[in-house]
Amino acid sequence: MIPTVPQPAFTKWCYRAYVTVFFVYLALPLTVVCVFAFNNSVFPSPPWNGFTFAWFFGTEAPFIGVFNERSILRAIGTSTFVALWVSGLAVAVGTCNAFLFVRHDFRGKALLYMLMLLPLIIPGVILGISILVFSSAIANTLEDATGLWFDGLRPGLILVILGQFSFITTFATLVISARLQKFDPSLEEAALNLGATRLGAIRQITLPFLMPAILASAIVSILMSFENFNTTLMLVGSDSPLTITMFDKLKQGSTPVLNAVSLLLIVVSALLGLLSLFFPKTKS
Amino acid sequence: MRSDTSKLGFYLLLAPILLWLVVLIILPHIGLFMVSISEKIGPREFETGFGNYATFFGEPLYWRTFARTAIMSILATALTLILGFPIAYYIAKLTRGRTKTTLFLMCMIPFWVSELVRTFGWMILLRETGVISNALQSLGLVSGPVELLYNDAAIMVGLVYTSILFMVVPLVTTLDSLDDSLIEAGYDLGGTSTSIMREIVIPHAMPGIVSGCIVVFMLSLGNYLTPILLGGKDSLWFTGMIYTQFITRFNWELGSALGFLLLALSSAIVFLGLKLSKQSLSDTMGRT
Amino acid sequence: MTDTKPDLVCRDLTKDFDSFRAVDQVSFDVSKGSFFSILGPSGCGKTTLLRMIAGFQSPTSGDLQIKGKSMIGVPPNKRPVSMVFQHLALFPTMNIGDNVGFGLRQRGVARTEIARRVDEVLDRVGLPGVAARRINQLSGGQKQRVAIARCMVLEPDVLLLDEPLGALDLKLREHMKVELKSLQAAFDTTFVYITHDQSEALVMSDNIAVMNHGRFEQIGPPHEIYHKPDTAFVAGFVGDANKIDAKVASVNGAMVTLTSAGAEMSVEAPGSELIAGQEAQVFLRPEAVELTKSDHGAGEGDNVSACTVDAVLFNGANSSVIVRDQAGHLLNVAMPQTGSFSGLQVGDAVFTRWHPNQARCYPAATA
Repeated sequence: MIPTVPQPAFTKWCYRAYVTVFFVYLALPLTVVCVFAFNNSVFPSPPWNGFTFAWFFGTEAPFIGVFNERSILRAIGTSTFVALWVSGLAVAVGTCNAFLFVRHDFRGKALLYMLMLLPLIIPGVILGISILVFSSAIANTLEDATGLWFDGLRPGLILVILGQFSFITTFATLVISARLQKFDPSLEEAALNLGATRLGAIRQITLPFLMPAILASAIVSILMSFENFNTTLMLVGSDSPLTITMFDKLKQGSTPVLNAVSLLLIVVSALLGLLSLFFPKTKS
Repeated sequence: MRSDTSKLGFYLLLAPILLWLVVLIILPHIGLFMVSISEKIGPREFETGFGNYATFFGEPLYWRTFARTAIMSILATALTLILGFPIAYYIAKLTRGRTKTTLFLMCMIPFWVSELVRTFGWMILLRETGVISNALQSLGLVSGPVELLYNDAAIMVGLVYTSILFMVVPLVTTLDSLDDSLIEAGYDLGGTSTSIMREIVIPHAMPGIVSGCIVVFMLSLGNYLTPILLGGKDSLWFTGMIYTQFITRFNWELGSALGFLLLALSSAIVFLGLKLSKQSLSDTMGRT
Repeated sequence: MTDTKPDLVCRDLTKDFDSFRAVDQVSFDVSKGSFFSILGPSGCGKTTLLRMIAGFQSPTSGDLQIKGKSMIGVPPNKRPVSMVFQHLALFPTMNIGDNVGFGLRQRGVARTEIARRVDEVLDRVGLPGVAARRINQLSGGQKQRVAIARCMVLEPDVLLLDEPLGALDLKLREHMKVELKSLQAAFDTTFVYITHDQSEALVMSDNIAVMNHGRFEQIGPPHEIYHKPDTAFVAGFVGDANKIDAKVASVNGAMVTLTSAGAEMSVEAPGSELIAGQEAQVFLRPEAVELTKSDHGAGEGDNVSACTVDAVLFNGANSSVIVRDQAGHLLNVAMPQTGSFSGLQVGDAVFTRWHPNQARCYPAATA
C-alpha cells in the first residue's frame, strides 16, 4: 500500500512485475517502429535483414530515404506551416483569455468559462465536420451573392488551421491561466507605484512572469497540431499535413520509410515535450 | 478616465474569445444541426424535416454501429481504469523523487508522439507477418502465421494504449494529494488493504477517476485512426460512417445527423458522469 | 487494579536508517493508565520511536511489548494501539460518524451497535449529536476531540499522540492541554504523547522522557525533570535557564566553587564528578535568583553580586529583568511579583542573590 505499511514480499513482487509489464506494453510499439526503420528490407516486418540507413538517406528505388522523398518533405513543410500558425494564434488568444478570466469579473463569466471548455468534450471529427459544413454554407451564400470564388472557405490549409486552433486554444488558455493565477498582483501594483504605466507594468512584470507558461503552451500547441488527425482529416484539401500523408501511405501498404519518419517524429516530439515540462521549472 | 481605459481593455480581451467561440464553435454546430434537419428533395433544393434521423433509426447498420461504438468505448474506458489505476497508485504512492519523475515521463512520452505512429507500431506487432506472429512461430507455439490484426481485441488494445495516459495523469495528481497519514490512520484503526482502498483511497481519487473516464470515453468514441487501422475495413466504428457520408458518399445531410447523434451521446455521457459523481465540468476539465 | 504490569515496555529499542541511527537503545516502561510524554527537539528521533510503537517502522533491534506481548512483526492494523496523527488524518470523504465508526466497521461490528458506540464516545468527548456533520464544519479543537474519539471507541491499550496540538493557535493550545489531561483521566487509558513543547509535557504528564540524538537523557515526573535535571541538555531544554560557562576552582565535598570571568560562585552539586580545573556549565533558573536593592540580609553562603539593570522586559506575570554583573555577565532574573520593583529603570543598581542549591552544574560538553 505505502512503504511504511508492511506487505507480504509476494504481493510486492507481483505489483512490481505488473508495473514492469505495463511499461513494456507502453514502450513496445514505439520500439518496434524505431527498430524497423533500420531494417534492410522493403517491408517493416521481420525477418531482420541487416542494418541500413537507406530509409533515411537512400536515393535508389525502392530504397528512397525520408530526406529524398518529396511527398513526405512537402508534408512536413505543410505541417510545420500549420503548426506555427495554430500555435501563434492559440497562444495569443489563450493569453488574452487568461487575463480575461483571472483579472476580470463580469456577468456570464461562469457560462463563458464553460463554453471555453466545450472544445475539450467535442469529438475532433465533429469539430471538423461542423466547421466544414458552416464554412461551405458561407462560401455557397457568398458565391451565389457575388459570383466570386471563396477558396479560403473550402477545405484547405486555412480551414485546417482554424479547426486545430478551435480546440488547441482551450489548452493554451488553461496552461496560461494556471500560471497567471499564481502571479502576485502586488508586484504589478509595485511597478505602478514606481511610476510604470499600466501596459508597461504588464509588459515588464507580468508577461515575463507568464513567459514559461506561454512557451510551454506554444510547444504543446505545436505538438498537438503536428499530431492532430481527426479534425484535420475532415478539413484537408490538396496540401496534406504529415499525419494525413502518412495515413494515405499506410493504407496503400507501408514501407520502412514510414518507420524512418516516425522515428524522427518520436525523437522530435519527445524532445519538444520534455522541453515544455522543462520551461516552467527553470523559470519559477 | 481610469475606468474607461479598463473598460476598453476588458472589451479588447473579450473580443478574441467571443470571435473564437461564436465563429468556430457555436455557429458551426448550429449550422451542423440545420444541415442535419434538411432533406434533399432535388438538386440544391431542401426542406426541413427529421428524415435523416429517421434514416438512422430505420437502418439497423447505423444504429447497431452506433451502439457498438458506445459499448466498445465504455469497455475501453473500464479497461483503461482497471489497468491504469495500479500504475497511477504506484507512481503516486510507492515512488519518490527521481524514480517518480522518470516513470511519469515514461507515461507521457507515448502521448506526445502522433497517434498514427503509435497505431503503426501496433500494426507492425500484430499483423500476420508481424513481430508477435513471428515470435510465436519461432518459439514453436504456432505452426503458421497468425493474424492478430483486424479484430475487436486489436481495436481494444489500441484504444487502451492511446488513452491510458489520460487516465494515469489525473489519477496520479489526485492520489498524490492523498496524505499518507490517512492511509496510516486507516491501518492504525484496524483496516485492511481492501477496506482502505474502498473506503479511503477510492473516494479520495473519485474526481480523478471521473475526469479520467470522461476523457478516455470521449477519445475512444471520437477515435477514427485506431478502429480503421487496427480493426480493418469492417471495424464498424461510428466516426468511420460519418467520414463515409461526408467524404465518400457526399451525403452531408445524413452525415451531419450522424455527427449530431455522436455529439449528443458523448455530451450525455459526460453530463451523466458529472452528475453521478457530483462534479462540475470546470473542476474536472480545468485539472488536465 | 492489582495488575501492576506496565502497559508498554521498550527494551533497547534501536532504529537505523542507512548510516544514521535515529533511535539508540531506548528502554522504558509506561505503567497502566498513565500519561507518558516524550519530549525533545525536532529530529531527536521521537517521531520514529512513536511510529515504531504504532507499527509503521520496524526496529533494527530491541523489543517492544504491549501488555506483555511482543509486537515485533505485528502489522499496524493488528496492534492494540491507536494513534492520533500530527495533522489528525481525519478522513475528509466521510462524515464524523463514519470517521469514528471506521475502526468498528473494520472489526465487523453490527451497524446499530456501531451507531450506539459512536454516539456514546462522541458524548464522552463533549460533542454530542455531531455524527452526521462533515469534518470541515468543525473547529480545530473539535477536530482534535473527534480524532481522539475515533481512537478511543476502539478501546486501545495504548493511545499514541503525535504532537496533535502543534497546528493549533496559542490560546486553543493552552485550553486543549487541560482538556487532553482530563480526557485521559476520564478514559483511564495509557497515553504516550510526543512533543517538542516543554510546557505541554510538564502540564499533562505523569512521566516525561527527555530525548536527544536518539537517546533518552532522563525519565522522571515533571517536577524532577524541571528541578533536578540529570544532564546539561535537560537543564537547558526544559524551562528557561541562564547558562554560565565557568571553570571549577575547587571541590569541597558537595560544594563546588567556580570562577567565570573573575567572578566566583558556589554551587551545590552532590555526586558530581567535577574536579578542579575542569570546564563546567552552570544553569540557573530566572525565578531562583532573588533581586534586592541592598546586599543586606543575604543568607549564609548565598552567591551575591552587584549588578546594573540592562533591560526591563515587561510581560505581565512573566516579566523579567536583564542585569549585568561587574564581570559583564548578563543574567535573566524573574521580576518579583510583589510590585516592589515596578519602578525599575535601565541603569539602576541592584543586587542579585541565589542559594548554591538553586543552581545545577555539569561538565562542559566536550564537543
